[in-house]
Amino acid sequence: MYEFDYKRPGTIDEAAGLLNDDTVLLAGGQTLIPTLKQRLAQPEALVDLSAIESLRGVCPDGDQLAIGAMTTHAEVANKATIPVLASLASGIGDAQVRNRGTIGGSIANNDPAADYPAAVVGLNAVVSTDRRTIAADDFFTDLFETALEEGEIITNVTFPKPEAAAYIKFDNPASRYAIVGVMVAKTSSGIRVAVTGAGPCVFRQTEMETALSGSFTTQALENISVSADGLNSDIHASAEYRANLIKVLAKRAVAQING
Amino acid sequence: MPTVSMTVNGKQVSADVSSNTLLVTFIRENLKLTGTHVGCDTSQCGACVVHVNGNSAKSCTMLAVQAEGAEITTIEGLAKGNDLHPMQKSFQENHGLQCGFCTTGMIMSAVDLVNKSDKLDDASIREGLEGNICRCTGYQNIVKSIQAAAKEMEA
Repeated sequence: MYEFDYKRPGTIDEAAGLLNDDTVLLAGGQTLIPTLKQRLAQPEALVDLSAIESLRGVCPDGDQLAIGAMTTHAEVANKATIPVLASLASGIGDAQVRNRGTIGGSIANNDPAADYPAAVVGLNAVVSTDRRTIAADDFFTDLFETALEEGEIITNVTFPKPEAAAYIKFDNPASRYAIVGVMVAKTSSGIRVAVTGAGPCVFRQTEMETALSGSFTTQALENISVSADGLNSDIHASAEYRANLIKVLAKRAVAQING
Repeated sequence: MPTVSMTVNGKQVSADVSSNTLLVTFIRENLKLTGTHVGCDTSQCGACVVHVNGNSAKSCTMLAVQAEGAEITTIEGLAKGNDLHPMQKSFQENHGLQCGFCTTGMIMSAVDLVNKSDKLDDASIREGLEGNICRCTGYQNIVKSIQAAAKEMEA
C-alpha cells in the first residue's frame, strides 16, 4: 500500500468537512483495502465512517425498513424484517466479509456483480445522503459509477416492504459474487425485475415486468427472448450464457414466490 | 505515525504504526503473535481470521488503525492457561489438520460459527467455512472436529 493519512471522524458533518478530491471514504473496507493493497488507488487520506453511530442499524418503520449505511451484511442478514433482503445479505461473500462489509460501501462501489444493487433497484428503495434522497432507478448509473457527487455521504437506504419477492443468484463458487442475480418483487409500485451481474451495472428487465404484470406465472416469461447485447463476457460466462441465465433465474424467482 | 490502542487477548496494547499497516502485520510483527497466519493475502483463504469485538474477520483485510479501541482475540487467546478451548481440543482429537497452516484460521472461524448458531449440521458447517480454505483439502476431519466441538460447547 502507498502511504496515506487516516481519519476517524465522530459525526457526518465532521466527515464531510474532511473530504476533498484526494480523500476516500472507508466503510467496511472489504473492497477498498484489497484495492489499496494492489496499489490501484493512491488516496491522500482515508476517512473512516465506523465511529459514526448514527450510520449503523436496522430500523423497521411501518411498511418501510431503513438500514444505516454502515450496517454490516451480517447485521442485515440477522435483523432485516424483509426476508428477501435478509437472505440476500446472508449470501454475500463469506462470514468474515459479512462481518465487515457494509450496505453503504457496497452500493457506493457499485460492483457490477454485487448483490445489493439488485435489492435496491428490485425493491425500489431510496438512498439517503447527507445532501438529498436518490431514487433507486437514478442511483446506479454505470460500471462502478453512481449518482453520488464528489464528497457526498450515503446515510441510509430505505426499503419499502414488498408484497412478495425472491432473489435468485447463480454465483461464482469461489467468490460468491453473482455471475447473474435476479430479484423479482411485487411492490406497491408494480412488479419489478432487477438484474445484477449480467451487465456493466444493475438494470431492470422491463419486458419481464410487463409480462408478469399481465400474468404472474413462469409461463408468462416463456416467450421472452433476452438479448446478449451489452452483457458481460468473461472467464466465468459468455454474454449469451448470461442472457439465458437471466430468464432461467427470473423463472425460478417467480416459481419461488408462487410457492 | 498514529498511535493505535486495542485489547488483544485481554491485554491492553498500544503502539505507533503507520496508517497502512495491516492488522495481521501488527499482530504478527509488533505483538509477535505468530499463530495468526498470512496465506493468500487477498481475503480468500481465511488463514488470518481473528475475532474483532466477538466477530470473525480477516485481519489481512483490515488496517491496524481500524481496530482502535477494539477487543481482538487471536488463536493465542482461546486457551485458558493449559486448558485448550474445546475447539482446539476437538481439532487435536479428530485430526482436523494436515499441514496445519490453515488450522488457526479454521478454529477462529469455527468458534464464531458455533457461538452464533443453534443447530449445526454437516451442510451448515461447510457453508460456514466458506471463507476458509484448506489447501491439503482436509475438510472431512475439519467438519468432524467442529461437530464434536459444537456438542462440547453446547454442554
